[in-house]
Amino acid sequence: MSVLVIAEHDNASIKGATLNTVTAAVACGGDVHVLVAGHNAGAAAQAAASIAGVAKVIHADAAGLERGLAENVAAQVLAIASNYSHILFPATASGKNVAPRVAAKLDVAQISDITKVVSPDTFERPIYAGNAIATVQSADSVKVITVRTTGFDAAAATGGSAAVETAAATADAGKSSFVGSEIAKSDRPELTAAKIIVSGGRALGSKEKFDEVMTPLADKLGAALGASRAAVDAGYAPNDWQVGQTGKIVAPQLYVAAGISGAIQHLAGMKDSKVIVAINKDPEAPIFSVADYGLEADLFTAVPELVKAL
Amino acid sequence: MLKVLVPVKRVVDYNVKVRVKSDNTGVDIANVKMSMNPFDEIAVEEAVRLKEKGLVTEVIAVSCGVAQCQETLRTAMAIGADRAILVETDVELQPLAVAKLLKALVDKEQPSLVILGKQAIDDDANQTGQMLAALADLPQATFASKVELAADKVSVTREVDGGLETLALTLPAVITTDLRLNEPRYVTLPNIMKAKKKQLDTVKPEDLGVDVAPRLKTLKVTEPAKRGAGIKVADVAALVEKLKNEAKVI
Repeated sequence: MSVLVIAEHDNASIKGATLNTVTAAVACGGDVHVLVAGHNAGAAAQAAASIAGVAKVIHADAAGLERGLAENVAAQVLAIASNYSHILFPATASGKNVAPRVAAKLDVAQISDITKVVSPDTFERPIYAGNAIATVQSADSVKVITVRTTGFDAAAATGGSAAVETAAATADAGKSSFVGSEIAKSDRPELTAAKIIVSGGRALGSKEKFDEVMTPLADKLGAALGASRAAVDAGYAPNDWQVGQTGKIVAPQLYVAAGISGAIQHLAGMKDSKVIVAINKDPEAPIFSVADYGLEADLFTAVPELVKAL
Repeated sequence: MLKVLVPVKRVVDYNVKVRVKSDNTGVDIANVKMSMNPFDEIAVEEAVRLKEKGLVTEVIAVSCGVAQCQETLRTAMAIGADRAILVETDVELQPLAVAKLLKALVDKEQPSLVILGKQAIDDDANQTGQMLAALADLPQATFASKVELAADKVSVTREVDGGLETLALTLPAVITTDLRLNEPRYVTLPNIMKAKKKQLDTVKPEDLGVDVAPRLKTLKVTEPAKRGAGIKVADVAALVEKLKNEAKVI
């Protein structure tokens, strides 16, 4: 049997999370096929064919697939599902949106957010905001899985030369439609793919201060910007910057937390980072318990000083 | 008659740091504080606000699990749900089983909307809403940060990677809530007292014809790998020196 990966893409290119999911798929065993369901997504399908370790790309193209509507993408996956022992999605906003629909229609359990493939039917996944790791075994005939990208290395984006096969697109379900989006344009690296992240907390005090203090540091380090839930709730930073249990899970080479106290929900989203720096004036802040380097200081003086010193 | 069904889950309170049992069979939840899953609280609040705006006529809270879930349902009714249904069972319920139970209740109650949390903070599965939508063949809008209900459709703004996206769904539909949808009200004592008098029906999974046997077997539960203890640095210069020469990350 083969293993199917549902590609995350924007029709023109493949998103990085797909590469980590391919690595997890290889660990499940069998040939790895990638489904690119989109509209005018030929370029994305070609990019998927170049991923090392991919044996075949299945390209389904239709207007109803352009925006990744869950009803339509799930139907597309179900149309080819019977060929596969495992169906893997990246645990991103779009993967999490679609995967459970597929699992429910197949009448199988979904295994969410896996961080390790122990064997083809046994997986590790974090529960309780990462405070415990469960090893779970599935007896279902098909394993529907979402993959926590920080748990797996990215497969090489080039080196593969898979054949691209065209699949008939399923009909638009017609029950949901895309109205619009506000996606911030940014030259910064994507939060979940960044090598360095600088993250700010409630201590920043306002959106203006957040921009004024954190942005120069991110610029200097070529880093992505993140935030704690408190900072996002207060409106200092946009929602898609939230790092934590229910936001983005990140594991960069360097994570700099400024003015973040370190609630367990935040730690759940960043404690697998290679090196953690915490800047906080409260010596008791829980963030120091996970920090490799803690600097007990007022961020409003320490961060600008850091920008100068770099 | 526009009805909203709001499934709520009883979970370990979000302030509790759970401990893994020494025999690695699970986490120790004996004698810890239990609360309504925070995302479900947001779901109840949203449904009640729709009712207060006159857009819906009845809010029905549902919980699946042990008898103590009645407390969670009373909380939902204290926020403003009109009545409640407990699907009572001592079996460990996994998301697919809950989705099937909810599907049976959707068939029975015929709500126009089902609003529920995007994930529960215990198993962090993020599955139930989407599974229910698939089983009931309904459109879905997950991770909602704004809901606008009209006569025959609902417009939902969703938190997605990179920003926000707005979808229009035909009714009936399933919505799962994200953190920024609303800030749930504090329940007041008079409303807690009122909630005690509201109707709470109990059914069993067998009554709904649903097999709730778990599909996934938990082999073991362990502590996550601990990070090695770090150090405090005296000043910014020392920090930069460490990052350059010891960690070698800049």
